[in-house]
Amino acid sequence: MKPAPFTYHRPGNLEEALDILSQVAHEDGRILAGGQSLVPMMALRLAFPAHLVDINDIPSLQGIEVEQQSLVIRALARHAHFHQPAVSGPLGSMLATVAHSIAHYPIRQRGTFCGSLAHADPASEWCLTAVTLGGSVMAQNRNGSREIPAGTFIQGPMTTALEADEMITAVRLPIPDADSRFGFYEFNRRAGDFALAMCQVMFTPEEDRMTGVRLGIGGAEEVPRRLGEVEEMLTGQRLTEKVILSAAERAASMITPLEDIQTPVEYRRHLVGTSVRRALKAARDSGNER
Amino acid sequence: MPQSSQETPNNSYPGAPVRRLEDYGLLTGSAHFVDDLQLPGTLCAAFVRSPYAHALVNRTNTEEAAKAPGVVAVHTLPDLQPRLTDTRMATGLPSRSLRLDVKPGVLAGDEVVYAGEPVAVVIARSRYAAEDAADLVEVDYEPLDVVADCRSALHTDSSAVHRKLSHNMAAAFEFDYGNTEDAFRDADLAFRESFHLHRGGAHSIECRGAVARHDPATDHLTLWTSTQRPHGIKRVICDLLGRNDDSVRVIAPQVGGGFGPKLVCYPEEVVIALCATILQRPVKWIQDRYEYFLSTTQERDQYWDVEIALDSDATIRGMRGALLHDHGAYTARGLNVPYASGITLPLAYNIPAYHLDVYVALTNKVPVTPVRGAGQPQGVFVMERLLDRAAGKLSIDRAEVRRRNLVRKEQMPCRKSLRLRGDTEVILDSGDYPATQELALKHAGWDSFRERQQSALEQGRYIGIGLANFVEGTGRGPYETVTVRINASGNVAVASGATAMGQSTQTMLAQIVAEQLGGDPSRIGVTCGDTDATPLGFGGFNSRQTVIAGASAHAAARAVKAKAFKLASRLLEAAEHDLEIDGRAVFVKDAPDRRLTFAELARAASGLPGFKLPVADMGPGLEATESVIIDDMVYANGSAVAEVEVDIDTGRVTVLRFLVVHDCGRRLNPVIVDGQVLGGIAHGIGNALFEWMGFDEDAQPVTTTFADYLLVAADNMPEVRLFHLESDSPFNALGVKGVGESGCLPTPAAIVSAIEDALAPFGAKLNQAPLTPAVLWELIRSAPDSAPDTAPPGHWRAPDIDKDAYRQESLDGR
Amino acid sequence: MSDKIPFTLNVNSREYQVSVEARQTLADVIREECGLTGTRVGCEHGVCGSCTIIVDGAPVRACLMFAVQAEGKEVRTIEGMADGEELHSVQRAFSDNHGLQCGFCTPGFIMLITAALEQNPAPTDEEIREMLSANLCRCTGYQNIFNAVKQYVGESTETTGAHKND
Repeated sequence: MKPAPFTYHRPGNLEEALDILSQVAHEDGRILAGGQSLVPMMALRLAFPAHLVDINDIPSLQGIEVEQQSLVIRALARHAHFHQPAVSGPLGSMLATVAHSIAHYPIRQRGTFCGSLAHADPASEWCLTAVTLGGSVMAQNRNGSREIPAGTFIQGPMTTALEADEMITAVRLPIPDADSRFGFYEFNRRAGDFALAMCQVMFTPEEDRMTGVRLGIGGAEEVPRRLGEVEEMLTGQRLTEKVILSAAERAASMITPLEDIQTPVEYRRHLVGTSVRRALKAARDSGNER
Repeated sequence: MPQSSQETPNNSYPGAPVRRLEDYGLLTGSAHFVDDLQLPGTLCAAFVRSPYAHALVNRTNTEEAAKAPGVVAVHTLPDLQPRLTDTRMATGLPSRSLRLDVKPGVLAGDEVVYAGEPVAVVIARSRYAAEDAADLVEVDYEPLDVVADCRSALHTDSSAVHRKLSHNMAAAFEFDYGNTEDAFRDADLAFRESFHLHRGGAHSIECRGAVARHDPATDHLTLWTSTQRPHGIKRVICDLLGRNDDSVRVIAPQVGGGFGPKLVCYPEEVVIALCATILQRPVKWIQDRYEYFLSTTQERDQYWDVEIALDSDATIRGMRGALLHDHGAYTARGLNVPYASGITLPLAYNIPAYHLDVYVALTNKVPVTPVRGAGQPQGVFVMERLLDRAAGKLSIDRAEVRRRNLVRKEQMPCRKSLRLRGDTEVILDSGDYPATQELALKHAGWDSFRERQQSALEQGRYIGIGLANFVEGTGRGPYETVTVRINASGNVAVASGATAMGQSTQTMLAQIVAEQLGGDPSRIGVTCGDTDATPLGFGGFNSRQTVIAGASAHAAARAVKAKAFKLASRLLEAAEHDLEIDGRAVFVKDAPDRRLTFAELARAASGLPGFKLPVADMGPGLEATESVIIDDMVYANGSAVAEVEVDIDTGRVTVLRFLVVHDCGRRLNPVIVDGQVLGGIAHGIGNALFEWMGFDEDAQPVTTTFADYLLVAADNMPEVRLFHLESDSPFNALGVKGVGESGCLPTPAAIVSAIEDALAPFGAKLNQAPLTPAVLWELIRSAPDSAPDTAPPGHWRAPDIDKDAYRQESLDGR
Repeated sequence: MSDKIPFTLNVNSREYQVSVEARQTLADVIREECGLTGTRVGCEHGVCGSCTIIVDGAPVRACLMFAVQAEGKEVRTIEGMADGEELHSVQRAFSDNHGLQCGFCTPGFIMLITAALEQNPAPTDEEIREMLSANLCRCTGYQNIFNAVKQYVGESTETTGAHKND
């Protein structure tokens, strides 16, 4: 299990990185950030990039910042940077909750938020987060940059809208209302394992009814997605047991589950329902704690 | 020997805990595992492995690979054949029950029979370069029909695992005693159940690996290999390479866990040894985890179809049935796994009549050999599940059903109507099984559990409790040689054929020797696993070394002590009974100034040229070598109680509490005993809930990373409580029994029993392991619709098999 | 393609001049070029944790970094833990609690624990279990490793006076 040979590039600034990437793009040049998914694939010889452009030495790609009602997560922000809330309010707490579900402690020291989006594993917690919250991906090549909504950025399992000469410089997440509530539930075999199903939900209570509902499902289908129909069902409702159950039932029925030898389709569909229920209850209870 | 059965609390034991001899090097990273050997000029090997579970190998082209950068050699079987006495490896134990002679090849010839079978070897300047070139070896495979399931392997229309053979019945044998016909005719209750048990890989964190060096000046070949059995490897190497015993040395360096599969001699070990002699450079092969999944032996599927007959008071009248065992594509060790399953089933209980037909089927999968427990956990599982089921049918408490049938203390030593594979009788040597169970129930709060269960249920939580008893045969003979020597420099050196892979074997031997020679065990040097240090030996498996090597260490240390006393008595002019020994010197009890150090004694005992030895009737040197012969096994026992919670919505099981009351006779080092049991329990939890070595219908392995094949991690472990009884074995001087495997024997049975208890409201019937969330969810979901006696998944009904229809055949056409 | 890159690797405060291919993992280079074989390789796909080392204060999988990426970083391995014959407190806690058997996974656990507790010196029991779940051990069943961490946390909070979750 040794990676195949490749040429290594370590640019010191973004311009240099994009220049190199434009030159090596046609030879399967890839960005190396955390490497926690790419390197195992290379060790198993499932990936053979001819060039790796290591961006770890580019200072401008460090950090997480608030800019105009958005949280800007730059390319070198590691999972571990979210262990403590990266921003005050519900978003920071939610990201901390999600971060603790990602792999294990040492992996979180290296793996990056933006790298998770570039990798686009169906079981990625950050892909689900970006899609559910309506985040966008900042993609850049030598000729310029563009902002791609997360929902369209992720096109399939391990497939994104990123062009070969483009890299993710940041992901932008809108900062929700200070009184919004969130819930997250992931089912996996052991802590840190790939999700078999997960649900992320966020809404703003008005009186005791839900508005601005966002509900996303990950780990269960080829790509994470919001379930608009379920969001509509929930909008204007109180979070009663009955509402929770019918939302879960609807969500489960809408899913086209992934199948693998250890996870039958009907089981995964069921887990989606369970995840929706448990995420909604977590959101409800997060309100009660205040 | 007196038999004592008193409870000893877990962490108060006589004497200070002995710090392990092994620890310092392991904690600082300075200890050397096989991959840590860095001999100058070492070349690295990578193997080309079959991607097919069954195919003809029409042609192999190594030209491109040989030209790749850094490559020194590429070899296939025809290249190596002229230097081998045989192309197949005789690694299995003999058995009259074997129908098929299917020895693994050194490399595959014209046919591959499992995915991962080695076809060629690439030797290069680095492992990186070797892997690059391995990808360039072109092999023209012609896929053949695959036998992926041992149940269909015995169908008359099944394809053959080996093209040259006409059938797949590797072996058929039976256990039979008492009159099962009468037992079933006269019983008040008889019922039949089928079970599917799967275990998976051993997955020591260190994979396998070997380094070989040939010294042309002496024609001496040294092989360092991560093995449990260096002497066995040496035998195969000598035989296949046509070398005499004096020209081959096999050393097991630090071994990073074994758990069974490292007792087999593998093709890679032979190929690496041979390549080192061909290339005249050291050659290293370190198995990676992917290769471990593909090519290290495993334990896989067993299907059981068993009936039990009882009286209405739960007294067992008899049992009968059949066991179908997946053997894999070759015989890499023998029939010991299914044999151990069949012998374990009736071991703990009084069962007057027993008949079991055992069918051992070839499949196109990597061979099956022991994994920690070696078939015994399956036997325990089947027995304990049947007793739970009987309890349900008779409306008697599960523990009470067991208590009424357990072998009792007053029956000890208890002669069972069973024989070990070498035809020795099975005699349970000591133990108080009912008291063991009683203690487990007391500590678990068994009697008050129903209240806890009820209040949990009122909160919507499904918790359950389960119990399992086990008896484990330990200390497989016939002997293990130990030499104890006081050197002229005054140090004590111990050498043994015993082989360590984490069980604290050096500490164990040092403790036994220090008990005789006095002093701190950490001052004793112990050499294990080196065929030059001890020419005869067996190694580490079957929870045997404390019993077997321990007996020889004890005898050898006593003999050395006797010599030292005899010599000191003469030189100090004191009576032997007035002498004492303290690990450094022998002295007169009442006059400690009259003393001779070990160095002085050893020098005196080695003599001077032209002078008489100080003691005429004592040979030279302060040394003794003993090989205490022990044919009978000794039987450890225990009772486990598990408490679990089932998330009925997802099928996820959490083990809340787990305890074992354990009896392995006298505990030489209680801390180490606990460590062994704890590790076994963790493995058992894996077998109950997580570990599944998956293959698809083409017999392609589908769980080949640690992200797909799940080992138990720290947060899957409940708090485990251990309690001990100490029923000294009367069969050895130390009163000890083995402990290395016991933890994994009762664990799946106890956990699955607890899950079934938790799911009682659904009437789910659990006859399999592992129980993954997906499987359990399906069982919960379908349970209410099914009649109580419908067949569960993994159901197998033994077909009518005419054993005589399966001929003796051999791959060599003999 | 397999050109060698010369650079300096700082391991346990010592500089090693190495020249390796870009594809060589940090684990392999520490073992083979620096001769520090205490970092063990168990799976090479980042799951088992045996190769865990400390890079710039963070516990990382040495099999998931290329050695060239460690240029200019401070790398700590098991060989840098003991002070001569004197074991580091984490090592001693393992020995005191029989937290190791075959010892193959032990350096990875020791480096994981050392770095994690430098980052969070007073973890809760739950945080300890979560942290330990990063690495695999097949021998001990983890209970004695957990006890070793508890001992170490107890000792170090005593000396620093840090008490967070008591």
